[in-house]
Amino acid sequence: MQQIVNFFIKYRNFLLYVLLLFISLVFTIQSHSYHRSKFVNSANFLSGGIYSGLDNITAYFDLKVHNAQLVEENNRLRTKLLNTRDSISQKIDTATFHKRFRFITAKTINNNYTFKDNFLTLRAGSKDGLKQDLGVITSKGIVGIVDRTSTNYATVISILNSNSQINAKLKKSNHFGILVWRGGDPNIVDLIDVQSKAPVQKGDTIVTGGKSTIFPEGIGIGTIKSFELDPSENFYSIKVELFNDMTNIGYVYVIENLDREEIQTLEQQTADEQ
Amino acid sequence: MNNSITHNILRFVFLVLIQIAIFNNINFLGYINPYPYVLFIVLFPIGDNRALLLFTSFLLGLTVDMFCNSGGMHAASCVTIAYIRPWILQSIFGLAYEYNAVKVVKAGFGQRLLFITILVFTHHLLLFLLESFNFSDIIYILKKTLFSGAFTVLLCLIFITLFSVKRR
Repeated sequence: MQQIVNFFIKYRNFLLYVLLLFISLVFTIQSHSYHRSKFVNSANFLSGGIYSGLDNITAYFDLKVHNAQLVEENNRLRTKLLNTRDSISQKIDTATFHKRFRFITAKTINNNYTFKDNFLTLRAGSKDGLKQDLGVITSKGIVGIVDRTSTNYATVISILNSNSQINAKLKKSNHFGILVWRGGDPNIVDLIDVQSKAPVQKGDTIVTGGKSTIFPEGIGIGTIKSFELDPSENFYSIKVELFNDMTNIGYVYVIENLDREEIQTLEQQTADEQ
Repeated sequence: MNNSITHNILRFVFLVLIQIAIFNNINFLGYINPYPYVLFIVLFPIGDNRALLLFTSFLLGLTVDMFCNSGGMHAASCVTIAYIRPWILQSIFGLAYEYNAVKVVKAGFGQRLLFITILVFTHHLLLFLLESFNFSDIIYILKKTLFSGAFTVLLCLIFITLFSVKRR
């Protein structure tokens, strides 16, 4: 007994080191899987509060760009509105009209793009209706998927994250693939597993596919920069240049698919019956 | 003694704040970020409680992790350099270390540079290894370690020079 106690006293620093290293490695390994550590993330009171305070200062630097983006979006929406025939006379009864998506606006207070797994922090949380697995877009294109939420803040898995896999398709032909990021340039992502029969051309637009319940169909992603067939010649691997400047994200829209539960229950039932 | 504790707490808070406010957003050439917060471990009083150093280093790493959403990568690298620090001190300062007569701030430039360089590069190598979690990116990891490490060492030296105004 005495010897065991002596052992612990003699090697107490080593044991403490091993313990602390073990804890941090557990956190690290957790962070490499899709839904991450519950404890160490920036959607908490302290880090969210500090990022929020910092953003109050730095927001002024990007004000011009964000204003320009808003004007551009207004312009696009206005053009769409005025060019739709009978847009005014066609009345919609909002009481009975089935609304499929709900939009929540949020401000980005922290944005990474240099790591292998990047995250954004939003100043909007469960109080505003945010929850896990909601899609996040800007006026130009997709940004990511909500991961953790606290009362006032939320973290977003950016599309620049090695765990992010988003269903996407060619706008003109509906051939779909998976959008992934392999590190490096924050403006280029990869679209993989596109059928070799797909009519791929440089400059074509890539949009979200309607296969997931996270993003609505047809949200812009980017344009094809280059493409090549994989060695087996069955699938294309396409480099996509993003519409969004991922290094400068200001206000974002969080999309909630109101039919999601219904779709998932249905899919679950179908899967169970088989 | 009390003064030293206040000093170290202030240094902790200050380094974490400038790390997350400024140095995480440098993105020099797209991917080079310095991590001068390790200066806390470099300057931690020598000869003091080793367990305390390990624990505060863990806390330091975890705080930075929380802001970077990086799990426990910073914590793991910080704890490791805190653990190996006494041996590095011993090999660099030799006898002076054993008599508890070393002060990093007052050491000669060569010794100081060597000490900081070893700590910083160990930290960065571990950090980037844990970040990519993949040995196939080893060239990229080494490149990142080299550039970010050089940047951090430079910043650490500047900080030491700036904040060690001779108090007489």
